Amino acid sequence: MYRAALHALLSHWRRRPFQLLTLVLGLATATGLWSGVQAINAEARDSYDRAAMVLGPKPRPYLISEGDVPLSMATYVHMRRAGWMVTPVVEGRLATPTGPLRIFGIDPFTLPAGDLPKGGETATFDAAFLGEPGRLIVSPGTAAQLSEAGLPPLVTVDGVAPGIAYADIALAQRLLDRPDRFDRLILLDDQPLNRPPLSEIAPGLTLEEPRRDNADMARLTDSFHLNLTAFGLLSFAVGLFIVRGTIGLAFEQRRTVFRTLRALGLPARALLALLMGELLVLALISGILGIVMGYGVASLLIPDVAATLRGLYGASVDGALSIRPVWWAGGLAIAVLGTALAGIGSLWQVARLPLLAPAQPRAWARASERAVVWQGITALALAVASLGLMVWSSGLFAAFVMLGALLVAAALALPVVLYGAMALGARLSRGPLAQWFWADTRQQLPGLSLALMALLLALAANIGVGTMVSSFRLTFTGWLDQRLASELYVTAETPEQALRLVEWVTPRVDAVLPIRRASARIAGLPGEIFGLADHPTYRDHWPLIAALPQVWDRIAAGDGVLINEQLARREVIWPGDTLSLPGWEEAPVLGVYSDYGNPLGQVLMDLNTLEALFPTAERLQFSLRLPPEEVGPLMVALGSEFGLPADNMVDQASIKAFSLQIFERTFTVSRALNVLTLAVAGFAILTSLLTLAAMRLPQLAPVWALGVTRGQLARLELLRALVLAGLTMLCALPVGLLLAWVLLSVINVEAFGWRLPMFLFPGDWLVLGVLSLLAAGLAALWPAINMARMPPARLLGVFAHER
Amino acid sequence: MNGERRKFWPLVLCLLALVWLQPALAQGFAGLGTGADGFAEVQPGPFDFPADHGAHPGFRIEWWYVTANLQDANGTDYGAQWTLFRSALGPDGPQVWMAHAALTSPTQHFLAERLGRDGTGQSGVTARPFAAWVDEWELSGPTPDNVRMFAQGVDFAYDLKLAAKGPLVAQGDGGFSVKSAAGQASRYYSQPFYTVSGTVTLPEGDVSVTGQAWLDREWSSQLLNADQQGWDWISLHFDSGEKLMGFVLRDGSDGFTSGTWIAADGTAAPFGDGALRLTAQERHRVAGRRVPVVWRVELPERGIDVTISAINRDAWMDTLVPYWEGPVTIKGTHSGRGYLEMTGYE
Repeated sequence: MYRAALHALLSHWRRRPFQLLTLVLGLATATGLWSGVQAINAEARDSYDRAAMVLGPKPRPYLISEGDVPLSMATYVHMRRAGWMVTPVVEGRLATPTGPLRIFGIDPFTLPAGDLPKGGETATFDAAFLGEPGRLIVSPGTAAQLSEAGLPPLVTVDGVAPGIAYADIALAQRLLDRPDRFDRLILLDDQPLNRPPLSEIAPGLTLEEPRRDNADMARLTDSFHLNLTAFGLLSFAVGLFIVRGTIGLAFEQRRTVFRTLRALGLPARALLALLMGELLVLALISGILGIVMGYGVASLLIPDVAATLRGLYGASVDGALSIRPVWWAGGLAIAVLGTALAGIGSLWQVARLPLLAPAQPRAWARASERAVVWQGITALALAVASLGLMVWSSGLFAAFVMLGALLVAAALALPVVLYGAMALGARLSRGPLAQWFWADTRQQLPGLSLALMALLLALAANIGVGTMVSSFRLTFTGWLDQRLASELYVTAETPEQALRLVEWVTPRVDAVLPIRRASARIAGLPGEIFGLADHPTYRDHWPLIAALPQVWDRIAAGDGVLINEQLARREVIWPGDTLSLPGWEEAPVLGVYSDYGNPLGQVLMDLNTLEALFPTAERLQFSLRLPPEEVGPLMVALGSEFGLPADNMVDQASIKAFSLQIFERTFTVSRALNVLTLAVAGFAILTSLLTLAAMRLPQLAPVWALGVTRGQLARLELLRALVLAGLTMLCALPVGLLLAWVLLSVINVEAFGWRLPMFLFPGDWLVLGVLSLLAAGLAALWPAINMARMPPARLLGVFAHER
Repeated sequence: MNGERRKFWPLVLCLLALVWLQPALAQGFAGLGTGADGFAEVQPGPFDFPADHGAHPGFRIEWWYVTANLQDANGTDYGAQWTLFRSALGPDGPQVWMAHAALTSPTQHFLAERLGRDGTGQSGVTARPFAAWVDEWELSGPTPDNVRMFAQGVDFAYDLKLAAKGPLVAQGDGGFSVKSAAGQASRYYSQPFYTVSGTVTLPEGDVSVTGQAWLDREWSSQLLNADQQGWDWISLHFDSGEKLMGFVLRDGSDGFTSGTWIAADGTAAPFGDGALRLTAQERHRVAGRRVPVVWRVELPERGIDVTISAINRDAWMDTLVPYWEGPVTIKGTHSGRGYLEMTGYE
C-alpha cells in the first residue's frame, strides 16, 4: 500500500520534471544566497579573530614610551635585565605593489612559542628566519598575493591572519626603516618573583591596559555584516516564495491523487508522513546544491567584500574562502527549515482535506479569495507593527525587523490590491472579451500571486537600495568637495623634516595648515582627535550639520570642540552638550559635522588646544592651499628637495578618487545581491506561468470554442502578464521609496552613524519598470507561443475529458 | 680519555631543542654527527685564560654549567642548578642562548627556562670581568673564582656566592677531550671546589644556605652519533674532599662507562670503560616515565661502593627537552652529596 502510494505520489514529479526543477532550483537558490552571505561573514569574522590573536590568544598589557625618547634596544634589554619579562614588538605597514602589508616584528626568543599561530613557532626558530636576508611568515593567501612583491623570502603558515607578515624584529626594523626603535614591549604572563617597580627602573615607560582590537573591529564592522545578513535573508525570502508557490501547485495538482489514495484506505497520517519524507529528501538535495551555489556566490563576492572592509575599516580579510563544517550544516538546516516554512501550509491543507471536496482549481481559487481577506488583515497588522517599531524601538536589529515586517506586509497586501484592480478593470471594461479578460486574470491571481509577490519584493528592494546608493553618492561627492578643501596633503617623516618643510614651502603656497592628530578612546571606543588651525579653509567649507552661533570663533578661542555625526548620534551629544575627553573633562560641543565613511568617532579642536592637551601628538601632517595647477610641480619639488616618498603627498584629486572607489565597492555587494534577487523573481514568474498554462486549458477551451482565435488568446496571455507586472511595479514604487527612507534615515544611522538626505531618481524607476515588464513579457512569451501553436485537438480534448 | 663524554648530552639536548623547534634542522642532524660543517675544530694545547672563560662563537656548542648542593641551618638539603647554553645556528649564523635554572628541596622542585638573543646585551658571556647572563639571571664575578649565581622564576629564586677553594681541573688530555675513535673532541675544564653561601627563596620565604658547587665548561663543534638512548651522570662530593664524576652511556647493550677521580688537591685521574659500575636500584614514576632514583655506584680501583639516593625524586626538568636532574645523598663506603642527571627516559 505504502509503496503504491509513494509510487503514485512520486509519479507527479516524473510527469512534471520542470516543476521539480523549479522546486529544486528555487530552494537551492534561496539556500545558496543565504549560505553565501553566511560564508562571507564567517570568513570576515575569522579574519578579525586571527588578526586579534596576532600576538597571543589574549591581549596583554604592554609598555610604551611616553615623551620623546623612543623605545630602543637599550631600554628593552634594561627591562629584561631588571627581571621584567617583556617581549618587543615593532609594527607597521609596508607598501607593496599589491597593497599594504602589515609587518609584525617579533622576537622569537622571548615571545612565548604558543603565541604564534600553530606552526609559526617552528618557522621562527630558524637560522633563515633569524639571519640574512630573513623570512616573512604569512598566510598562504597572503603569500599568493605577494609572490611578486620583491620582499624577503616567504614562509607560509596556515592560521596567520591575512594581510599580516611576521618577521624577526631586526628584519622588521629594516623593512620599516625604524632602526633601533620598538613600538611597544608586551608584558608576558609569567613574571619572576623579584623585579623593581616600573617607576624605579624605567620612569619614561607607561604601562597600558590590554588592547582589545578584535572587539573593536567586531563592533565597527558589525553593522556591515548585519547589512549583508539582511540582504541574504531578503534573497532567501524571495527564493522561498518560489518554493512556496511550487509546493502549493504540486500539492494542488495532486489533490485528486490524495483523494483517491485516502479513498483507497491510506490513513491521513501515512499520507502526511509520505509527503513530509518527500519534501525532506527534496530539501536535502536542494540544500546540497544550494551550498555549492553559495560557495560560488561567496567566492565571487568575497574579493569585493574584502576590499570594502579594508577600505572602510582597515580590516584585513582573506580573499579566499575556507570551508567550514558548521557552514555546511547550517546550509542544509536552512534548506530544510525553508522547505518546512514553505510547505507547512500545503501540508496543513492535506491534513484537513475533506475526502469528498471537489478537486478543482476553481475551488482552490475560491478558497484563495477567502485567504486573501486574511492576507489583507495580516498585512495590515504587520504594517501597524512595523510602524510601532519605527516609533518606539531603536537599534539596528529592530530596524531590520521593522524593514522585514514592512516588506512582508507589502507582499501580503499585493493580492488584495490586485484583486481590487481587477474588479475595477472589470467594471470599467466593455464587451464580453474584455470582461472575460479581467475575470480570467482575477481567477489566475492565486496561482500567480506568489510569483508577483516575489517580483514586488525584488522591485522594492531595487528601488530602495538604488535610491539609497544614488542619494548617498550625491551627498558623498558634495561632501567630499566641501571637506577636502585643501589642494595638497603632506606628511613629513620626522619632526625636524616637518620644521624644514614648513619653512621651505611657506613662501611657495597660499597657506600652510598644520594638522595634528592624537588617538584616544572617546566614549569608550577608539577615536581620533584633530587639531586645526583657524583658517577660512575650514570656516567656509567644513560640512557642519548643526552648530551654535559663532562656532568658528569659539573653536579658535579654545572654548569647545566639533564632533562628527557618528559620535553625536552614537552618544546622543549635540551642540550645547559636553563631551569627556582625556585631559578635558567637560569639553563643550559647539558643532557637529558630517563625516561619511569614517568608522571612528572624531573630535576637532583648535590646534593650540590640542597641543596643550596632547604635547606628544605627531607634528608631521600639513594641508597646503595653492592654485590647483601648481600642485603637480610642487609635489615634484617636494620629492626632490626633501626626498619625500610619493605616499607622503596626497593631492585632493587622488583622495577623492580613492574615497569614491571605496564608496562604490561598499555597495557592489548590495547591488550584486539585488540583481540576483530580481533574476530570481523573473524566474518565479516564468515557472508560475508555465505551470498555470497547463492547468488553464479547461478555462481557455470554451473561449476558443466561442470563436476567439489561438493567436488572440496568446496575445491576451502576454498582455495579462504585462498588466500584472506593470501593476506590481506601481505597487513596488511606494514600497521601495519607503524602504529607501528606512535605509537612509534609520538603518544608516544605526549602522554607520549618519543620516542622509533622500533624493528621488524617476529615471531609474522608469528603467526598472521597463525591465520588469520585459522580464514578465519574456516569461509570458513561452507559454503564449505554446498557446498560439497549440493543436486544436488538445483544446477539443478538454471537452472530451470532462473532469 | 672519555671521562667528560657525559656532558655531551646537553649538547644533544640543545640540538634536540632546536630540532624540536625547527624540523628543517632535522635533516642536518645526522650530518652534524660527522662533520663540522664549517665550524671551528677544537685543538689540543693549553687553555688561554681568562679568554677561555668567555664564549667561543666559532664553535657550534658551548656551556657554563653549575650544580650546587646546599644545606640550611637545620640540615635540610637543597639543590640548585644554573645552566647557560650557547648554540650557533650556523658557522656565521645567529647565536642562540638558552638557560635553565632549578631549585630543589626534599619536597619541592622549581625550574625556569629562558632564551636569549645574541649581540643585544640580553644574553651573553664576557671573560673579564667574568659574567654569564640571560636577562636578570647571572653567573658573574671578577673571575670565575668568585661569582654570584642568581636566577629566579615565578615561584622561586636563589642568590648565592660561590668561592673556589681549589684549582680548575682540566678534563681529558690537558683539557682536550677526545670523544671517539672518529676524532670527535671537545675542550673541557671544571671547577669542582666551590664553597657556597647565600639565600634560596621558596614560596614559604627566604632560607639561608651553605654548601658546595661544581662548574663545568665545555665547547665543541662535533657531535656524537645519535644512536645512544641516553645518559646517567653523577658528580659526587665526598666528605673526604675527594670528587667523583662518572657516567654510563646507555646504548641498548652493556653501555659505556667513564669518569674522573679528582683528589682533594685537584689532581685528576681519568679512568676508562668498565672501571665504574652504575646499577639502578629503585625506580620512580615521574612525568609519565619510570626513572631510576636510587643507584649503586661501584669503583673498585678506588674502593668505592656507595648508594646514591635522590633528595627529591620528582626533580623533573620540564623544559623544551625534558630530563631529570637533582641533588643526591651518598651512603656506603663513603658519604657525601652530589648531583644526578638522567636523560632519555621515555
